[in-house]
Amino acid sequence: MNSASLFAILIGGLLVNNFVLSQFLGICPFLGVSKKLNSAVGMSLAVIFVMVMATAATWPLYTFLLEPNSLGYLQTIVFILIIAALVQLVEIALKRFVPPLYNSLGIYLPLITTNCAVLGVTILNIDKGYDFVQSLVNALGAGLGFLLAMVMFAGVRERLESADIPKGLQGLPSTLVAAALVSLSFIGFQGLFGL
Amino acid sequence: MVTNMNPILLAILIVAGLGLAAGLVLAVASVVMAVPRDEKAEALRACLPGANCGACGYSGCDGYAKAMAHEGAKVGLCSPGGEQVAAATAELLGVAADGVEVQTALVHCGGCEEFTARKLRYEGIPTCAAANQFFGGDWLCSYGCLGYGDCRSACEYGAIQVENGLARIDPALCRGCGLCVKTCPKSLITLLPGHTKGVVRCSSHEKGALVRKACKVGCIGCMKCTKACQYDAIHVERFLASIDPEKCVGCGACAETCPVGCITIFGKDPAAFEEKLPAET
Repeated sequence: MNSASLFAILIGGLLVNNFVLSQFLGICPFLGVSKKLNSAVGMSLAVIFVMVMATAATWPLYTFLLEPNSLGYLQTIVFILIIAALVQLVEIALKRFVPPLYNSLGIYLPLITTNCAVLGVTILNIDKGYDFVQSLVNALGAGLGFLLAMVMFAGVRERLESADIPKGLQGLPSTLVAAALVSLSFIGFQGLFGL
Repeated sequence: MVTNMNPILLAILIVAGLGLAAGLVLAVASVVMAVPRDEKAEALRACLPGANCGACGYSGCDGYAKAMAHEGAKVGLCSPGGEQVAAATAELLGVAADGVEVQTALVHCGGCEEFTARKLRYEGIPTCAAANQFFGGDWLCSYGCLGYGDCRSACEYGAIQVENGLARIDPALCRGCGLCVKTCPKSLITLLPGHTKGVVRCSSHEKGALVRKACKVGCIGCMKCTKACQYDAIHVERFLASIDPEKCVGCGACAETCPVGCITIFGKDPAAFEEKLPAET
């Protein structure tokens, strides 16, 4: 898999292995923050940012510290620790130095401190044996895929708001049915590039 | 870096070391990059009522406090807070408090059950927004108050009652925040400045004959009031009269000539808004 081109990795993360709709990671923000387009976009931008940052931090850590000491089995714990600390650090730094960015992304950052999509992308990078650049591109693709899924689903949900839904299906049930249908449509991308 | 250390000890050391390092970095960062507290804005914020209604034109009480502290926003924009808040914030900022223009919301419709009728029986969701989507509501007049009380739900101060299918705002309770103005799907509610002396209680732009058929107290655009007014304060535009509060002196000449009685004059006291509804005059 190491030979995969950067473009193929990007498209793979974006469409074929879409984190939300094909791998079912990061479902909580997907269902929780997709009510409005604005907040869906804000959340997705925060996820893209954190995914790339987390990959940049965890890949060297795994390759140069855990792997040589045959401590690969610790990756989950160590990655969670590092991602959580990193996100907090980024939040503090943004608040101090880039207040406008903090105002638009800040409230979403604590939500993704321990998000499984972020942890997932860092672990999958290791599992697939990507090198550093490939890992970053994969993280970017995964983040963009998250954005795509969020924006699409926010559109679906805004339409659902005005639909006449039977009482038993109102709220979460209809949302889950809609999510399943959107996810089903992404099966169409399986087989693209043979990834 | 292959060592001969006990693998368990090595794992503990590495994870503990990483945790310690992360903790130290965060602790240092939170001290080094602490955001200085904004004491001026916080003091101002404490004076504001905290309803976050947005009547001042800012995002909420926090936004207004910040704007006053740093962007030179005027004091006295807080309509719910009134004179008290204006005086308190002016004292903190060391500027003179201009008088607060107290505003009161008013429904520009007089069509309660006695004066108009329903064209259909609406059994849908009992909100104005939903009823409005269904052929413009169930009343004959498509401009008038729907009476499902969306404004009543929006009001933070319990100032709005719906009686006989018509929303009425109690001026004694109204704080002029304007939340109801944004809610009304028919845009019937406006904020009137405190010195308003007269209003036209109708919002229908239909031609006179159609208004007559729909409602007994609707403005038919006959222009009699325009001719009666000596102060050039009342004008008819698209079959609907409206009074300019800056010119009106409250003489009442227009109300006397109005054939349908949709003009209300209440002198200087906005508290008289509701006492002189067309129904009672």
